[in-house]
Amino acid sequence: MLDVSLTRSLPGFDLNVVFTAPPGITALFGRSGAGKTTVIDMIAGLARPDAGRVSLNGDVLYGDGVDLPPERRGLGYVFQEDRLFPHMSVAGNLRYGMKRGASGVGFDDVVQLLDIGALLDRRPHRLSGGEKQRVAIGRALLASPKLILMDEPLANLDAARKAEILPFIERLRDELGLSVVYVSHAMEEIVRLADSVVLMEAGQSVAHGAVEDVMSRLDLRPLTGRAEAGSVLPATVAGHDDTYRLTRLTVPGGDLTVAQLDLAAGAELRVRVRARDVSISLSEPTDISVLNRYRGTVREIASDGGPQADILLDIGCPLWARVTRRSVDELGLAPGMQVFALVKAVAIDRHSVGERGRLPRNP
Amino acid sequence: MSIGLSPLELEALGLSLKVSFWAVLVSLPFGIAVAWLLARRDFPGKLLLDGLVHLPLVVPPVVVGYLLLVTLGRRGPVGAWLHDSFDITLIFTWRGAAVAAAVMAFPLMVRAIRLGIEAVDRRLETAARTLGAGRSRVFVTVTLPLALPGILSGIVLAFARCLGEFGATITFVSNIPGETRTLPVAIYSVLQAPGGEAAAARLTVISVVLALVALAVSELLSRRVRRRLGA
Repeated sequence: MLDVSLTRSLPGFDLNVVFTAPPGITALFGRSGAGKTTVIDMIAGLARPDAGRVSLNGDVLYGDGVDLPPERRGLGYVFQEDRLFPHMSVAGNLRYGMKRGASGVGFDDVVQLLDIGALLDRRPHRLSGGEKQRVAIGRALLASPKLILMDEPLANLDAARKAEILPFIERLRDELGLSVVYVSHAMEEIVRLADSVVLMEAGQSVAHGAVEDVMSRLDLRPLTGRAEAGSVLPATVAGHDDTYRLTRLTVPGGDLTVAQLDLAAGAELRVRVRARDVSISLSEPTDISVLNRYRGTVREIASDGGPQADILLDIGCPLWARVTRRSVDELGLAPGMQVFALVKAVAIDRHSVGERGRLPRNP
Repeated sequence: MSIGLSPLELEALGLSLKVSFWAVLVSLPFGIAVAWLLARRDFPGKLLLDGLVHLPLVVPPVVVGYLLLVTLGRRGPVGAWLHDSFDITLIFTWRGAAVAAAVMAFPLMVRAIRLGIEAVDRRLETAARTLGAGRSRVFVTVTLPLALPGILSGIVLAFARCLGEFGATITFVSNIPGETRTLPVAIYSVLQAPGGEAAAARLTVISVVLALVALAVSELLSRRVRRRLGA
């Protein structure tokens, strides 16, 4: 459990963040320039706050007259760039932070976990971007940190490399029980990885809590991103349909059928449904290809006068739909109306789905 | 002109190598320390230190020799102390020649090493700190090895400058055969005597060959280092 409360004056704005990172993966989410990197630099001891307190599992790292240097904070740091030492082999890099006689994870375990056994004798300049970042994660792990900070570790990688790294970050949590504070401005990474999220705007932490809750809040919608608007639903894998290669999920509003996922029945998930993939009908539609239909109530209609309107539906849990303003008028949509929400199964794929941590989570 | 070197030439060559070797070896730790301070630290008096280090580059070598004479001579404050406490005499000895060479070469050494240290990505040093390494371990395991190209070129530049040192040397430790008569001083000496041109030419060739060998060695070394750093 990481408790953070920090302030610092920066050119242009004041930084002021207060949050608690429960066990699991906590995302620090916000636009570029919101101060996310400065926050984790201050947690790591690489940047100096004006005032505040940082404590990890009750041990004070900063504040109350304490200011531990970075090497004594026991935190791992995976940077946006790999920052591997160019004059050492991969094995040399991995061993750099290992302490003699330390318990923690072993060298061979980490090599196997990150699948970097074939790279050990190579120099960093002969690795691909994804390999470098895996070695950087391994190097941080082998220093036996109590928590790992990650500053957009996937930002410099293409989509294929990102998909290559994501499972390894999940393994840190699921197989090693490590907590991670993960800086990102990419919604899909957060849905995939994070258990809780801290939302930052212009240096302030404006909200924090479970991903599903924060991402569904109406008042935070300007910050959680208009272009990426959508809802995050908690889901459980109910079963697979091998004939049509579909997976049936249970969500609070009923069943959600999606393209087949390689996940076992019972797995706890987060599913992101983009608002533009949700349609609205006044009567229960028949003769239609859309597999997922939910009965719900219109809660709010938000529009800025542009061509589209965002509609918050209650289908047992909050669900956003984005339709044209013309459709709103033609259907006469208004808060309180009973409608049917339609979600195409093919709109949801592996990138929209994240496994929820198996660690105990704070309410 | 025979190929073999005369005893006097061998003596001057050997002395030059000895003086330069010790001058570089002893000043190198100071050179690295000062270069690191100038490259990585901010402190009051930094400009003054920078100026002091560069002084030998801009004042006449004779002035440096004179200042060494005043401070390190038998009756100078430091010289008297060295003599009384450690029985070390610098004036009129090859050790004094090494001190003069080291002082004159120091700015070049510091400049090259400073560039080498400044070229080290500080983000790598930061990363090492987050892996549990304290400042001194970071310096030894990250900064120094990555600054090696700069350190090597500092060594070579300083060595070459030491080989060529004349003004401060002759002012401070005079021109004593077998003790302080290095190659440049020897060239000056033979030119003072009538008919010394041939001897001067031979000594000049020796100097040039020595300089070329030093350059070749440094080039080979820096190539190996660059390969190791994966550039």
